[in-house]
Amino acid sequence: MTATAEDRERPQVSFWNDPKVRSILFQIVLLLVLAFMAYEIVVNTLSNLKSRNIASGFGFLSKTSGFDIIQSLIPYSSASTYGRAILVGFYNTLLVSGLSIVAATIIGFIMGIARLSKNWLVARIGTVYVEIFRNIPLLLWIFIFYSAVLQPLPGPREALNVFDMFFLSNRGFMMPKPIFGAGSMLGFAGLALGIVLAIVIARWSRARQMATGQTFPVMWTSLGLIFGLPLLGFAFAGFPLHWEFPALKGFNFAGGIDVIPELIAMFLALSIYTGTYVAEAVRAGILAVSHGQTEASYALGLRPGKALRLVVIPQAMRVIIPPLASTYLSLTKNSSLAVAIGYPDLVATGGIVLNQSGQAIEIVGIFMFVYLTLSLITAGLMNWFNARMKLVER
Amino acid sequence: MKSKVFAWVFGAAISAVAATAAQAGTLDDVKQKGFVQCGVSQGLPGFSNPDSNNNWTGMDVDFCRAVAAAIFNDPSKVKFTPLSAKERFTALQSGEIDLLSRNTTWTMSRDTSLGLKFAGVMYYDGQGFMVRKSLGVDSALKLDGATVCTNTGTTTELNLADFFKANNMKYQVVAIENSDEVVKAYDEGRCDIFTTDQSGLYAERLKMKNPDDNIILPEIISKEPLGPVVRQGDDAWFNVVKWTYYALLNAEELGITQANVEEMKASTNPEIKRVLGVKNEDGSAAGFGTGIGLDEEWIVYVIKAVGNYGEIFERNVGTNTPLKIARGVNALWKNGGLQYAPPIR
Amino acid sequence: MTKQHASIAYVRQEDAPLLPAPPSEVGIQGWLRKNLFSTPFYSVLTVVLGGLILWFIWDVFQWAIVTAIWTGSNREACLVPDGVTGACWPMVREKFPQWIYGFYPVEERWRVNTVCIVGVLALAPMLMPSAPYKTLNALFLLAVFPLMALILLTGGHFSFAFGSYVATLGLLLLTSVTVPLMAFGLEEGIRRNPHGLISAAISVGGWIGSLYVSGSAIPWTALAFGIGAAVFSLGSVFKEPSLSGRTAAYTWASIVIGIMLAMLLLGANLGLVPVETSQWGGLLVTLVVSVTGIVASLPLGILLALGRRSQMPVVKLFSIIFIELWRGVPLITVLFFSSVMLPLFLPEGTSFDKLLRALIGVALFSAAYMAEVVRSGLQAIPKGQYEGAMALGLPFWQMMNKIILPQALKISIPNIVGNFISLFKDTTLVSIIGIFDLLGMVRAGLKDSNWAAPSSTPTGYFTLALMFWIFCFAMSRYSIYTERRLNTGHKR
Repeated sequence: MTATAEDRERPQVSFWNDPKVRSILFQIVLLLVLAFMAYEIVVNTLSNLKSRNIASGFGFLSKTSGFDIIQSLIPYSSASTYGRAILVGFYNTLLVSGLSIVAATIIGFIMGIARLSKNWLVARIGTVYVEIFRNIPLLLWIFIFYSAVLQPLPGPREALNVFDMFFLSNRGFMMPKPIFGAGSMLGFAGLALGIVLAIVIARWSRARQMATGQTFPVMWTSLGLIFGLPLLGFAFAGFPLHWEFPALKGFNFAGGIDVIPELIAMFLALSIYTGTYVAEAVRAGILAVSHGQTEASYALGLRPGKALRLVVIPQAMRVIIPPLASTYLSLTKNSSLAVAIGYPDLVATGGIVLNQSGQAIEIVGIFMFVYLTLSLITAGLMNWFNARMKLVER
Repeated sequence: MKSKVFAWVFGAAISAVAATAAQAGTLDDVKQKGFVQCGVSQGLPGFSNPDSNNNWTGMDVDFCRAVAAAIFNDPSKVKFTPLSAKERFTALQSGEIDLLSRNTTWTMSRDTSLGLKFAGVMYYDGQGFMVRKSLGVDSALKLDGATVCTNTGTTTELNLADFFKANNMKYQVVAIENSDEVVKAYDEGRCDIFTTDQSGLYAERLKMKNPDDNIILPEIISKEPLGPVVRQGDDAWFNVVKWTYYALLNAEELGITQANVEEMKASTNPEIKRVLGVKNEDGSAAGFGTGIGLDEEWIVYVIKAVGNYGEIFERNVGTNTPLKIARGVNALWKNGGLQYAPPIR
Repeated sequence: MTKQHASIAYVRQEDAPLLPAPPSEVGIQGWLRKNLFSTPFYSVLTVVLGGLILWFIWDVFQWAIVTAIWTGSNREACLVPDGVTGACWPMVREKFPQWIYGFYPVEERWRVNTVCIVGVLALAPMLMPSAPYKTLNALFLLAVFPLMALILLTGGHFSFAFGSYVATLGLLLLTSVTVPLMAFGLEEGIRRNPHGLISAAISVGGWIGSLYVSGSAIPWTALAFGIGAAVFSLGSVFKEPSLSGRTAAYTWASIVIGIMLAMLLLGANLGLVPVETSQWGGLLVTLVVSVTGIVASLPLGILLALGRRSQMPVVKLFSIIFIELWRGVPLITVLFFSSVMLPLFLPEGTSFDKLLRALIGVALFSAAYMAEVVRSGLQAIPKGQYEGAMALGLPFWQMMNKIILPQALKISIPNIVGNFISLFKDTTLVSIIGIFDLLGMVRAGLKDSNWAAPSSTPTGYFTLALMFWIFCFAMSRYSIYTERRLNTGHKR
């Protein structure tokens, strides 16, 4: 390692100590190890599958399922395919997550704002709600709500009856089902038109307010349009809508919409549990808005409610939305706990298919694909939103 | 060879807990480790059920003990692995257990395409229905519109769909994975009907708040032969398990019981002598125990440990037990049942 | 004039006495007015909500204490003819040991207690910022305690084949080639130890070769060449004994001896009855799963976090994919994966314990979350710290170990505790795949027909919820406490 004078001019780095070479070497080694593991896994899996006589591939999705599912948003029977059964589960996941997200947001906003209330009692209630519901596992809440729904309620024959239209029993909550006859399209078209018009009016009125300072009663006009136009459409078509009422027939109620107890329990547990996370996000967001903003809006003569709505919340939203999105995502993932009480969500129906067909890898692959796609969509929406909401500074 | 490399890479970390790879035959393996690892249910009274001290009882459990006795002359040399319906085949295929004795239905697809082998039928069963007495139903054909509780991952769920479809009836199904949860859901009134194998109905009824409020409908809608299962491709082990089962039947047929097995050794009946492995006058072997890698007196060990088939049945599920199941189709062929074993000769 | 006026001129010489605050602003009355009855709307709200709360608390009190059943030996006690009773406490009393230990044999439960007590005693000083001997304590917690817990809980008796001792020793000896590297640096280490490296290379080659040739030569090959490598490597270090060389050699030797000792202990018969994991249950399993999960996920999470911030594209991509894959799927699919799919990935005939499989799933899952926590800690470290470390000429790992990670981990402690709380809650999911954790055990107990009464389910869930709440609430308080303690520097 004797270095000549010329060599000393540029720092001499030996082959081993050159960070570039080292990093490349390290990456090659890592790649090799990963490739080796992947290769071993594939080889083992193939030989295991062969010895168990399980065919790989997604061909099984078009085989007849042979089992029934209690709740389905699309037509399904035991003669449908495995693929359709999984689709039914996917829709059920979306249903329960969608409903719970709405409810959790409402609960969370109320409780988050309540925790910051000047009223000591209200603030304490918010705190106690968050501390109690957050510190007990969701799965336990699901079981608690499930037995709270099942145990005290009577059987279908002694169901709690409201006007012979709504029934509540341990078979679920029955309600009338709207049946749209021919010509209902006119009503729906009215609804669509009403919504579009409402949006147009809202934009126009904002532009006008910016320009002239005059306000326009947007809310009442919009409500009138959204409810009035469909009604007009239905009236025009001669009211083709009628209701199918649930009625006790044999063992159970027939007709109407049956909201099964599993759905009710999942909905309650998910929304109340996740509400605590929303509440925390909301509180942190509001606290992040500097107090000067509130004071300034009071100085401008805004009342507390308006100050909150027009000044504080829009700024807080920037801080609230990112944790809110990940909360929604974890709610959707948590809905997979439905398998514990037999609500037929994606994981539960997928599990049945797995049991009946033995296609473990494909099914778990579908699970991963679906949830990863949902995550990616959420992440994409988040990035878009963050870019839009970024603080524009002078 | 490839898999060996992988085993080594992982092995350094996990060989500690990994069971020894079953490269040798299962029988040699079992002999070497000194006990039989037996897969059972997570709790089904009469078949395999743990008490609060984790002592297991039941027919399936007794069969495991019989196999242990045949090999070691000691029925306690068996360890039980509770398995769910979903895990059971994987556990057997991966070598986690040596023998699956867990009210498992023998079907063609399982026997031929899952790499499994059924060793016999410990219990001829069929799927039935349980309803609350208060509903006043006496036949499964009057169940139109009912809500049914069942567990998933079994043939039960499929039979159910077939039955209602064939009889043009509507129903709602509440499908839960854990069988205890199913019973609980039914007991709490979530469903009108609970369906599973009829033996299971009798067993689960014991776990209910008021067992006598529920009746089991007479209809049986499927064939469910339940029996012990082993891995395919290991004939020595398969023979031990299969012939342990046949030995239990042959013993009952010949009137050999737990109480009289020692006296029976003195019997002059050549058939009994063959079964019990009593040596001929010239000292040559009369039985066939050594032929399957066991002692000559292996059947003596088995009967001393658990009794013959009839005794196992009566002790665990028979009319004097809380389950109160009659022999029915599970009687010996001589008594009009289906239990029939090839002779030991 | 001025004089006269001066006489009535008044200049105050001292402050006027402070008047007491109006009675409506101080004391209980003032507090009430300010916090509960500040406006008419709030007054109404206070009255209505207060009434509701009192009613609710009264109801719970009635249920849990007044109308509750306190004695009895089976369901008869809790079945009251009119059907309306409070909690059924005798059931809890009878089932409680099972909720804690599962089916762990009664006469062996002292082992669980010992592990638990030692764990708490060792952990408590770690959590107290002022307690001394942190390094020794950590060493005990991370090296000795897990081994002790493993042996006590399972009873030891792990069946290692003789060959695996030999092979492990051989492989460990092979690692001796790193000793000169640690002592002299990379280049010097290679230059000074040619024979050791050649011997090691032959050994690895021979070992891989012998995998493809049947026979039990593998362990012995590994051992023989391992010895060769060790002799040459250690020889090269001790030829010119320097302080760093000795330290490296002793560290290496103690690790090798430690691992071999651990293996021997695990394989030995220590007179403990083996207790299979299928007999474990209740709080024991909940704690084992969550603690193992968090401990295993910490180093993994740190590596992944560093990987994600690395400039090497392959490492970065791998870390991102790994993290996002596990974070994107629900834990229940991960558990399905570990219980159904993992056996498919292993060579035929290999199998391992169900609880261990679940543990692997949980550890990988929480590692992904841990990685994000650590990453946020790393991001919070000012760039100057990195630059300062590099200016001192510290290599990457020394920079991380000595400068960056201690700071990053310290500010991540609240989040790590938060992670642990959610993992602790998430362990309840293992009950879905048939492992009897605390929730699974309680639910199993509720199915006991001996105690089937309308009030037993609410009582069981109430007690369980209380237990979980106490654990989680205490941990969240601790996390808030650390957060405050760490925050003192930059309080606004």
